[in-house]
Parts: sequence; structure tokens; C-alpha cells
Amino acid sequence: MATEAKMIREANQIATFFHSKHHDEGVAGIAEHLNKFWAPRQRRQFFDMIDAGGEGFDELVIEASATVWRPEPVAS
Amino acid sequence: MKNPMSLIREIDYGTPASTSETLVTLNVDGFEVTVPEGTSIMRASMEAGIEIPKLCATDMVEAFGSCRLCLVEIDGRNGTPSSCTTPVTPGMVVHTQTEKLKKIRRGVMELYISDHPLDCLTCAANGDCELQTQAGVVGLRSVRYNVDANHFTPKVRGESNFRYMEKDESNPYFTYDPSKCIACSRCVRACEEVQGTFALTIEGRGFESRVSAGAHESFIDSDCVSCGACVQACPTATLMEKSVVEIGIPEHSVVTTCAYCGVGCSFKAEMRGDELIRMVPFKDGKANRGHSCVKGRFAYGYASHPDRITKPMVRDSIDQPWREVSWDDAYAFVADRFASIQKTHGIDSIGGITSSRCTNEETYLVQKLVRQGFGNNNVDTCARVCHSPTGYGLGQAYGTSAGTQDFDSVEHTDVIVLIGANPTEAHPVFSSRMKKRLRAGAKLIILDPRQIALVRTPHIEAQFHLPLQPGTNVAVITAMAHVIVTEALYDEQFIRERCDWDEFEEYMEFVTDLRHSPEVVEGLSGVPSETIRGAARLYATGGNGAIYYGLGVTEHSQGSTTVMAIANLAMLTGNIGRPGVGVNPLRGQNNVQGACDMGSFPHELPGYRHISGEDVRNIFEEEWGVTLVKEPGLRIPNMLDAAVEGTFKGIYIEGEDILQSDPDTHHVAAGLAAMECVVVHDLFLNETANYAHVFLPGSTFLEKDGTFTNAERRINRVRKVMAPKNGFADWEVTMGIANAMGLNWTYTHPSEIMDEVARTTPSFAGVSYDHLDEVGSVQWPCNEKAPLGTPIMHIEGFVRGKGRFINTEYVATDERSGPRFPLLLTTGRILSQYNVGAQTRRTANVIWHEEDVLEIHPHDAEQRGINHGDLVSLASRAGETSLRADVTERVAPGVVYTTFHHPDTQVNVITTDFSDWATNCPEYKVTAVQVALATGRSNWQEEYNQQAEQSRRIEHDGELIHGD
Ligand code: SF4
Ligand code: SF4
Ligand code: SF4
Ligand code: FES
Repeated sequence: MATEAKMIREANQIATFFHSKHHDEGVAGIAEHLNKFWAPRQRRQFFDMIDAGGEGFDELVIEASATVWRPEPVAS
Repeated sequence: MKNPMSLIREIDYGTPASTSETLVTLNVDGFEVTVPEGTSIMRASMEAGIEIPKLCATDMVEAFGSCRLCLVEIDGRNGTPSSCTTPVTPGMVVHTQTEKLKKIRRGVMELYISDHPLDCLTCAANGDCELQTQAGVVGLRSVRYNVDANHFTPKVRGESNFRYMEKDESNPYFTYDPSKCIACSRCVRACEEVQGTFALTIEGRGFESRVSAGAHESFIDSDCVSCGACVQACPTATLMEKSVVEIGIPEHSVVTTCAYCGVGCSFKAEMRGDELIRMVPFKDGKANRGHSCVKGRFAYGYASHPDRITKPMVRDSIDQPWREVSWDDAYAFVADRFASIQKTHGIDSIGGITSSRCTNEETYLVQKLVRQGFGNNNVDTCARVCHSPTGYGLGQAYGTSAGTQDFDSVEHTDVIVLIGANPTEAHPVFSSRMKKRLRAGAKLIILDPRQIALVRTPHIEAQFHLPLQPGTNVAVITAMAHVIVTEALYDEQFIRERCDWDEFEEYMEFVTDLRHSPEVVEGLSGVPSETIRGAARLYATGGNGAIYYGLGVTEHSQGSTTVMAIANLAMLTGNIGRPGVGVNPLRGQNNVQGACDMGSFPHELPGYRHISGEDVRNIFEEEWGVTLVKEPGLRIPNMLDAAVEGTFKGIYIEGEDILQSDPDTHHVAAGLAAMECVVVHDLFLNETANYAHVFLPGSTFLEKDGTFTNAERRINRVRKVMAPKNGFADWEVTMGIANAMGLNWTYTHPSEIMDEVARTTPSFAGVSYDHLDEVGSVQWPCNEKAPLGTPIMHIEGFVRGKGRFINTEYVATDERSGPRFPLLLTTGRILSQYNVGAQTRRTANVIWHEEDVLEIHPHDAEQRGINHGDLVSLASRAGETSLRADVTERVAPGVVYTTFHHPDTQVNVITTDFSDWATNCPEYKVTAVQVALATGRSNWQEEYNQQAEQSRRIEHDGELIHGD
């Protein structure tokens, strides 16, 4: 739970910055940022939440999720 | 220059160099010599190889002309002018040694010596005393004494001598013995001109004159900051390092680099055998130009502190005492544990942390171990917690993440803008250089919630101080841009040539909006709109404007945005790409720059190249013979999260104390406690080691070879001056782990590691130890295009091509003060201590800072019934600690401030997990808190001390002892 709240906060913080760009540029910026800096583990948790409806995320984050790379499933 | 093992004696030219480009030729004792206009006769002669006798002149300070020993005769001029104060003129014919001069000089010397104790044989300066030398030089053979009036005998004719003054031994590192003072005032001038503290004066006149610290105070009670400049300047044993008094004068020296802060001062480590006698700043050091601060000059005692652990230790679980083992057993223990963890929990379940205290070579090896050996990118550095937003923000705007200037650049600056940095405390030697420029007339603008020392200090007063509420940097800096744009003070030509014009137009539109006006921002930041306007106008129109900033910019949730706002300001005003201007991050620890350069972030390889780039990966894959993962690894906070969730189980931490230095101590502790193999590689059993299973003893900067890269991108050599107490340099220890894991590393010297960096990283292509030995130091990029390095960046254009203006919207931090936590806490550092204090706390520097205290405004203190010195509790939503209150107006009402040098305070128990949006750099500079009178130490402090006590037991010869 704590993790989810933190993930929402961090993603939305990023989105807040990209709100000051043009819409398309902002969406692309968020996706690029997550691809560049978030480890697969984080993106996996991210997609778990997005796939479950993405409640709490900034709408720009949800839009950007379409171009965030989906990490390969964990081999365990 | 290969270091010959002899004492390096730098030439003293007597007076400072002139920077004039006009040359003047004169004749000295029959030799022609050509020097820049404005050079003294003394200096010109020295350049011709002729040393004129002198006492009151030295080239670290301006000449004063008081001793009259340096007289010369000049053809066509009457009298015997002093050569230190007389500038050269074209065609001048100078005689430095005539019968007349000899006679006068002997007379002068006799006068000095007649009031000097002749105990040369037992004097600490014997062999290193200019008075002694000059007596020899002028051929003094006899002295007539006046026994009744002297300064050096406690008694005269059985009565106590009113002229005699006792030695002052109050400073822990040097003594002042007034009986040996010749009143040459070199120390006074050094304190004023070089250090800029004005702690010393000459009291009395003529024969009665003596040096005095402050108004008749002891050194320790005066304003003295113990930089040591006066000690260097003193020609006699009057001001003398205690270490020299105790041990004797050194016989050989080695040039090396201070391991404390990002200024990266060069020092001569002066030795006798393998004993370090003293550290003396090196005149040729391009960062410090012969100056130092108390840390680098004196605080090296930790290297031989008994707390140092010198044998590797392991234990199966952290409730057991430590067991000393052989190095090989320790390496095998680590390799086995890591292998079995990865087998059970997957490749990604372990990682490593490098430190900005380590050398470039050591850092490079740790990230290599992680990428090549662990097979993932889970490597991060503590630079994360200080300057990662600099990397991100400047990278976005300019295309490279480093500071744009060298330190010398400040000598050409007209307006200095200081944002969230306190250089007198954190970057002392650079602050001295800054103060020198300010005394020469440069203007100063300060953005800082606190009234830092530079706001008003002897002979300096900031034109504008913007005491903004913590967390409002973006608003205030953007408001400055608003003023520059709406009042059309921007440099259109520069912007058209160097920047993306379309982006600029958009930015204009953004920044012109009324919400960015100083009048609106005043409401958020508390800074009067007229002050913002005045500061913006001064920066835009005052000539060369240079911005220097520190952790008060980066350690915020909008840290990266603030860096971009700063980049915008510099572009707007054309203050980029020449001497005297630029954007300059002041780095905290010594090798923050280097740690970032060496690829210790989880998303990039050395040289700031993203891990997703195939070409870059190929270079390293070929070099290391493995396939690299193209996905970014975990950052420190993510590693800890994963640990708490049970998927991250092992970590190798070199030279870092994350439990003390990282935010939200409870979370860090929980993460570490959840791991199965924590390997700490450090000098002391630090706080993190309480949770460790393996302790690998580290070596100090005195015990190894390597390089540090300072805040101006300068790569400086660190040279070994003594054998490591623990037996191995740190790079050898990392190699031990690597080879236990089967990686077959074969380095025999750190120079080979640097060669590998140069082979794989274009901006370091021209760097090698041979090259550094030859030229002293270089600033990267250093390659074929710039073999001597790059002092100033972006000269013709930006590294990325066109500079980019980026909209910087202010967003209030989530960490707003509310009814439960009505105050804002901000944190910082002080001069005598270094970071988590593990080193400086183990030196005599504790005399200046025994504990962390909480600064609180009298108004807030009164409301809470708090008096100066009371024990108070400091609570945030993350935790609670207690410390003593310092009631002061340095902080504004509503703001409290403390340092983080002592583990007992654990101020990071208070800080939260809020962080910079782009880089997760923690928001140390703003935490909502409440302060109240405390009855005792907080529960956390009690529990913590118990746990630490328990965890530090060492089994030694069948007995339990306590490590510290
Ligand atoms: S040590 Fe530095 S600050 Fe202290 S008196 Fe000497 S020059 Fe001044
Ligand atoms: S203390 Fe040393 S430097 Fe200062 S006036 Fe006396 S002799 Fe000169
Ligand atoms: S701590 Fe910094 S300023 Fe002081 S001597 Fe070392 S590098 Fe120089
Ligand atoms: S050295 Fe020139 S007057 Fe003293």
C-alpha cells in the first residue's frame, strides 16, 4: 500500500513538471523519463497499477503509459 | 613532474605575480630580465635568479615594506628604496648587493636579533626559519643586546617582564609564541588577503608592536577559523604547527589532494619517514592557489585513530558479535553469499553503492563489479542525495551536467549570485577566493532562507539578500527571469546565436505571465518584490554575472526544476561561455563530480551515456567480455523498498554511511535489516555497519594512489604517502571480491584503471597518470581536441548544440507546514565537520562543534518557552529526535535549521521520503516539524544506542571488545 501511494506520488510529480509543456511533448516526456530512469521492477509495479485501472494517477501519466516499455515478466 | 622523494620547496618570489600583459625589461646586477608591468623589483630579481634578502615580504600577500631588509640601489635614483614595494620601470638598472646595502642590512638584522631569543638549536623552526636564514644571508656576526627591554624573557633583572607574553596554545593545531614575533605582519595580511577573516591585528607601535588575535583574545576565542594561512606566512617559529613542535621538521613531501570537499585543494604532505608531519597547501594547486581550510590543513588525525578497523570481519547475523577473519575468507564469504542469494532470489536481488569519498578508480571498479560481476545495473552513489538534479537539469538545458567554469573564473566576475550555498562553511577555500573578489568591488546577491555569514562579513555586504521560505526557489528564480524578460534586460544577440529561438519565444510567453511576477511571488516566498526586482536587474546589467549554487538548490522536490531555472537565467543574460560568468554547482564531498563521471548511476555508463545505447554497451561489453543489461537498475531508495518487500537481499557499500546520510532513517534501517548480506567497506564501524554481515576495512587517501575530480571538473592526483594500515588500498579490496567471484581482474596499479577509463570514455581519452604528473591536473573534457583540458565550457556554443529554455512552473512541495508541524526544518553543514562526521569527529576539530544544535528564531522559541541551550524535541511525521536549541535571528521566524554531523542526533530520523521529481534526490532542505521542550533523549535515540552497542561487539582472542 505504502509502495503504491509512493509510486502514484512520484509519477504524478513527474507529470506535474511535464504539464508545463505542450500536451504531446509532455506525454512523450513522461514516457521517456520512466523508460530512462525507472528499473523494470518499478515499471512492473507501475503496470500492475495501470492495468488495475490506474486510480490516482495524473491523466497525463495514464496517457503516457501507452508508450512506457513493458518489462519482461519476472522469471522466478 | 615525477615526485622526487625530497622536500618540495616552492620558490618564494616575495610579491604576488602581476597579471599585466605589458612587458617591461630592466637590468638587475648586470642581467637583463623581462617581466609584466607592475612586478616588484624583488620579484623581477628572483625571476632572474637573484634572491634579495627579505623578511616582511612573501608572495602570498601584497608587500608592506616594513622590515627594510630588501633595500636596493637604482642608478639615477637617490636613497635605497625597498625592492618589495618598488615596481619595475623600463630600462631601470638595479644593484642588489653593494657595500652600503650590506651595512644597512646588517644593522637591520642586528636590531631584530637583539630582541629575539637565541635558542635556535632547540627551536621548532630550526632549519625552517627565515630570520635564521636572513641572519646568515646578510653575514650578521655579532649582536649588541639591550637586556632590559626585550620581549622574550619572562623576567628582567629578577622582576617580571611586562613586555613578555605567554604562549597561546588554545588552537588545537598551532601555537602562537609572542616572544618570537618580529612584527612583520605577514600573518595579519594573510588572514586579511588570503583568508578574508580579519582575525588578526598588530597592536601597539614600533618596538611595542605585537600580533593579537581579535581584541586581546586567545586564538580559539577570536574570529579565527583555523585555516592555517598565517602559520604558512609566518617566517619564524611564532606561529607554528603543533605537530612540528612535537615531532620535528619534515624531510620529504608528496603532492596530493584533500579528501574532504569539492574544492579539491592540492597539498604537500610533508613527511618524516612514514610519519605525516603536516599538510601544507601547494601554491601550484590550481583549485586552491596555495590556500587551505582547517579540514584539509589539519584534520587528518582520523587516519591514525584507534577506532580504525584494520582486520576484515564477518558474522552470520547482525545480533552476533563480529568475528575477525583473513581477507581471503572474507572475500569468499561475500562471493558465496552473493551467489546463493542470486540463485534463490534472482539476478536483480543484489547491488552496490559507490561513494563520492572514493577515488575515481575505486568508483569505476565498483560499478564495473556490479555490471560485469553481479550482471545487473543496481549501482548507485550518494551523489544521488546531493547533486543528481544538477546532472539532470543542466543536462537538459546545456547538454552536459557539469559546472561551466574553473575557480579562477571568479576573478573576472562582477556580480556573484549565490543560491542555497554557504561557501564559508562548506567550500571554505573557494569562499576565500570569492571574498577577495568581493572586496575588490564585485557585487553579491544571496538567495538563502538563512542569514549566512556572507550576507554581512568584514568588508563585504551583499547588495541583495533574498531570505526566501524553504521550498520556493523555483518561484523566486522564475520571478527574476520575469523581471529580466518584461523589462527587456535579456541579451537578444546571445539568445539568437546560441539558443533555440522558438523555445525562447515560448518561454517568454510563459515567464511573462503575471503569476511569475515578483509581486505575486512575494506572497509565496516572503521576499519583498522590490528585492527580487533589484536582484534581477543587477544580475542582468551588472557586467559578468556568475551563479554559484549548492545543496539548498538541489535537495528539494523541485531540485531539478530549480537547476533548469538557473540555466535559463544564465542564458537569458548571456552569462555563459567566457571567463567570469557561468553556472557553477558547488559540490559537497570531494569526489561527487568524479563519482557521477565514473558511471555510478544505475541508468548510465561512465561519461554520462545511457545504458540503453547499444554502441556504448558494446564498448564495455568488449572491454569486459560480458553482455550488459540494457535496462536501468535500482536507485538507492528503490533498493531499500525492494529490500523491505523481500526481493533485494545483498549489497556492497563502499565508503558510504547510508543509515546516517540518507533520509528517513527508519526506512533505511528496515531495508538493511531485511537483507541477508550487507557488506560495508569503510574506515570505521559506521552506523550502517550495525546492520552489516561483512566489514572490509578501508584505507585513507594518504594510503593509496588515485584521482579525485573536483567541482570544476579538475582531475587531481591523490598520491600514496604511507602504507595502508589495513594492508590494502580500496581498489585492491574491490578486486578481491571480483576475483573471488571469478572475474579475473589483473590490475597492478590504479593508473591501469584510469587507462581503462580513458580507453572507454571519450571525455577522458587524454587522461593518464603520466599526463597528470606532467601537467599537474586537467579539467575534463581532456582529449585530442583539448589535450590540456577544458577550463571553461560552452565557449563557441552549447555542448548539446542550441541551449534550451525550459518552462519552470513552481509547485509547492507536499511538505507544507500545517497545524501539527508548523515549522520548516532545513539542514546544512559547518566548516569544521565533514558530512556524517565519521572522520572529522575523530580529530581535534570537535572543539568547534561538539554536537548538532537546532537554530530557532527568538519569536518561535519564546512561544514554546524555549531558552538558549535547552534540550528540545524535534518531530516530523517521519520521526522524532532531540538536540539543544540555539536561539538566533540567523533563521527567519517559522524556519529552524540544523546540521547533520553527529550520529547521536540522527536528524535524518526526521527527514521524509519526499524527493526531487526527476532524480529522487531527497528533500533534505524542507521538512515540516514541530519543536517542543524535551525531557530527555527520544525513544529512538535510546533504542538506537542500545542496538549500536550490541552490534559493535567484536570477538577478539576469545574475548568480546567494543568497536567504535
Ligand atoms: S588561522 Fe586563518 S583565520 Fe585564523 S588567524 Fe590565521 S589566517 Fe586568520
Ligand atoms: S606572528 Fe609571525 S608572521 Fe605574524 S608578525 Fe609575528 S613573526 Fe610576523
Ligand atoms: S576541505 Fe575543501 S576547502 Fe578545505 S582544504 Fe579540503 S578541499 Fe580545500
Ligand atoms: S621585505 Fe621589503 S621591506 Fe621587508
